[in-house]
Amino acid sequence: MAKTVVLERKPLSLSERTYLPQIVTGLKTTFSNMFKPKVTLQYPEERPVIPNDYRGVPTLVKDPNGREKCVSCQLCEFVCPPKAIRITPGSVPEDQEDREHVEKAPQEFEINMLRCIYCGYCQEVCPEEAIFLQEQYSSSGYSREEMINNKQKLYELGGTLPDRHYKWDRKKQAELDGNAH
Amino acid sequence: MISPSKDELVTITLNGVEVEVPNGINAVEAAALHGHEVPHYCYHPKLSVAGNCRMCLVEMGTPMRDRATGEAILEEDGRAKIGWVPKPVIGCATNVSEGMHLRTESDLVNECREGIMEFLLVNHPLDCPICDQAGECRLQEFATDYGRGYSRYVERKNVKPKRTRLGPRVTLDDERCILCSRCIRFSQEVAKDDVLGFVDRGSFSTLTCFPGKELSNNYSLNTVDICPVGALTSTDFRFKMRVWFLKETNSICSESSAGCNTTVSSREGIIQRITPRRNDLVNDTWMTDSGRELYKSVRAENRILRPSAGGKDLPLKDAISQVVDSLSGKRIAVVASCHSTVEEQVLTKRLIDSTNARTFLRGHFGEDDGILLSADRSPNLRGALVTGLIDQYPEDNLNSLNDALSRGEFDAVFVMNEDLVASGINEENLQNVTVVYLGTHSNSSSKHADVILPGLSVFEKGGSFINRSFIIQAFDKSVPGPAGLQSQVTVLAEIIKHLSEEDGTPSELDDIWGLVNNLEGSVLSSLLYSEVKKAVVQLDGSAWSHLNFVEQSALHYPPAMLAAK
Repeated sequence: MAKTVVLERKPLSLSERTYLPQIVTGLKTTFSNMFKPKVTLQYPEERPVIPNDYRGVPTLVKDPNGREKCVSCQLCEFVCPPKAIRITPGSVPEDQEDREHVEKAPQEFEINMLRCIYCGYCQEVCPEEAIFLQEQYSSSGYSREEMINNKQKLYELGGTLPDRHYKWDRKKQAELDGNAH
Repeated sequence: MISPSKDELVTITLNGVEVEVPNGINAVEAAALHGHEVPHYCYHPKLSVAGNCRMCLVEMGTPMRDRATGEAILEEDGRAKIGWVPKPVIGCATNVSEGMHLRTESDLVNECREGIMEFLLVNHPLDCPICDQAGECRLQEFATDYGRGYSRYVERKNVKPKRTRLGPRVTLDDERCILCSRCIRFSQEVAKDDVLGFVDRGSFSTLTCFPGKELSNNYSLNTVDICPVGALTSTDFRFKMRVWFLKETNSICSESSAGCNTTVSSREGIIQRITPRRNDLVNDTWMTDSGRELYKSVRAENRILRPSAGGKDLPLKDAISQVVDSLSGKRIAVVASCHSTVEEQVLTKRLIDSTNARTFLRGHFGEDDGILLSADRSPNLRGALVTGLIDQYPEDNLNSLNDALSRGEFDAVFVMNEDLVASGINEENLQNVTVVYLGTHSNSSSKHADVILPGLSVFEKGGSFINRSFIIQAFDKSVPGPAGLQSQVTVLAEIIKHLSEEDGTPSELDDIWGLVNNLEGSVLSSLLYSEVKKAVVQLDGSAWSHLNFVEQSALHYPPAMLAAK
């Protein structure tokens, strides 16, 4: 057994016994903060400014032509560490004029927000730049089912983002320019 | 082409190392035997050599000899001087011979591969996120090995039709095709249905069916398997699942007695596709299209999912005790099945012996296509012979049982898998007997059955089948069975346990093989289950050579060893 050492407590000095210096030091901090600018927000009435590249709720986006960009390659489903994403692939009918050259699109796309850890791997892995973690940070619901975002909800949340590639338009242009064989 | 005997070994120098390889095999195979991969697209080990992809270029040389004297020319340090062929040669059409020198990893070879890859990718679409082949695509794999990572091609790529229907089961994506011609050679040489060909020239070259024909033979999906890129796709599997999600299990096709080796791919307990697995003694690398569709029966509507008696569902334990009550002390006819595994047949035999029942078995026969769909449409008729269930070759009906039933010889019929009415049993004859049905899908037997015991399909259990060449092949469980169901061997073992005094009827496959090994005079008696699981085992079928098997000669049948006799 360890040896017990009895320590003698030093007697308090007079100023310590009155507590006055300590109170004054504390009040100094209080008063100095009263005149500094406020850092707290009255959430939820006031909302913070979301910085760029913030990783909020994952969403699906459309290109400026209003076409869905996701081709259901399922790479995000594969890379998702908590297995929050679930995709049912489907094919696009050939006769849809506005989606010429697009063959594949998700039939259903579900992200379980109870599982999502906002890591952003899905955005990073997406070869079509179709999934983005955007600025929305607060999601809540009354049931587990409500917390699973389906395809419709994901497109509502995502909206339209600018596109650098216009992959399908370029392909159509190549066809029109005589590269069709 | 004269191909020397492949049994004889020759010494070649592969990347500076002397190795022994069988004489006459080509450089691609020789390098593969010693761990050097030579990338290739058009070469396929089971098809003729076309040599049109140029991906397998290697350097080849032979020791130089003096033309006048025939003596070997030596380097200054005394080693033989090698006369390298000034330009690389294609490995697939270069057969090895004694003393040949090969370089498969030199700078020149790598440059060749990079050049070929760049040309192949010039017009190849950026389809990998959509393409079903992604993940098992040779072009994708070699693009990571020998591609340059960016494109120097600034012109617009070709735009070609993306979904041409070649046949009822095959869809062609023209843009992805690299014109390797494997599918054309397969149709000509293996399927013997010459319907595919290239038309047009240069970048207009297109794979197409001959006018008025389509790729509709029963082997068409093999072209999808051998397509090194995603040009030929299976219409059934198209856009259904990415291959990297699939869990692959070794299985055996239960369509016919050919016993094709297969790979069953499933995700989360749902089978997505069946593909052939290479076995040079049985099916090479092929299988039938009809065999690939068998997985659909697993989730078919008429699947029996619960044990029942008199139309009411009940727990398996109660159903088994009802079966035991209705069978004990009765005159029983057992309708065994050639769709059962060897292990199930062993237990069926035990059930028959312990209850003094009589055995009936129906064969299922159809047309023989001379390749991999044999006339015997059951996977394990040979198993019924080997396990001693039957000693005569069965008829394609159960007329003998029907006669016996109309004479009132039995009180109870225990049926495995078989459809009684379709096998020629008069429905009136079934009114007066107790019928117990152990099977996976509902049919007339289950309609007339007093007790229905559900079983597991071939994809949901392990076991082994004996194919037409008396080769015994084991398969694994690919997907879990429906909730609460037990395998047939478990159910049979439970029934036997209650019906007979003999105890210790095993229900685990390894233990059943312990039972098999004790069978005296059986060709299985010296065999271990671990051996069957590990490799293809050829059984001695000479005891049954007097029987009139319905199979006609086909791919690897009769087996080479028997044909030689």
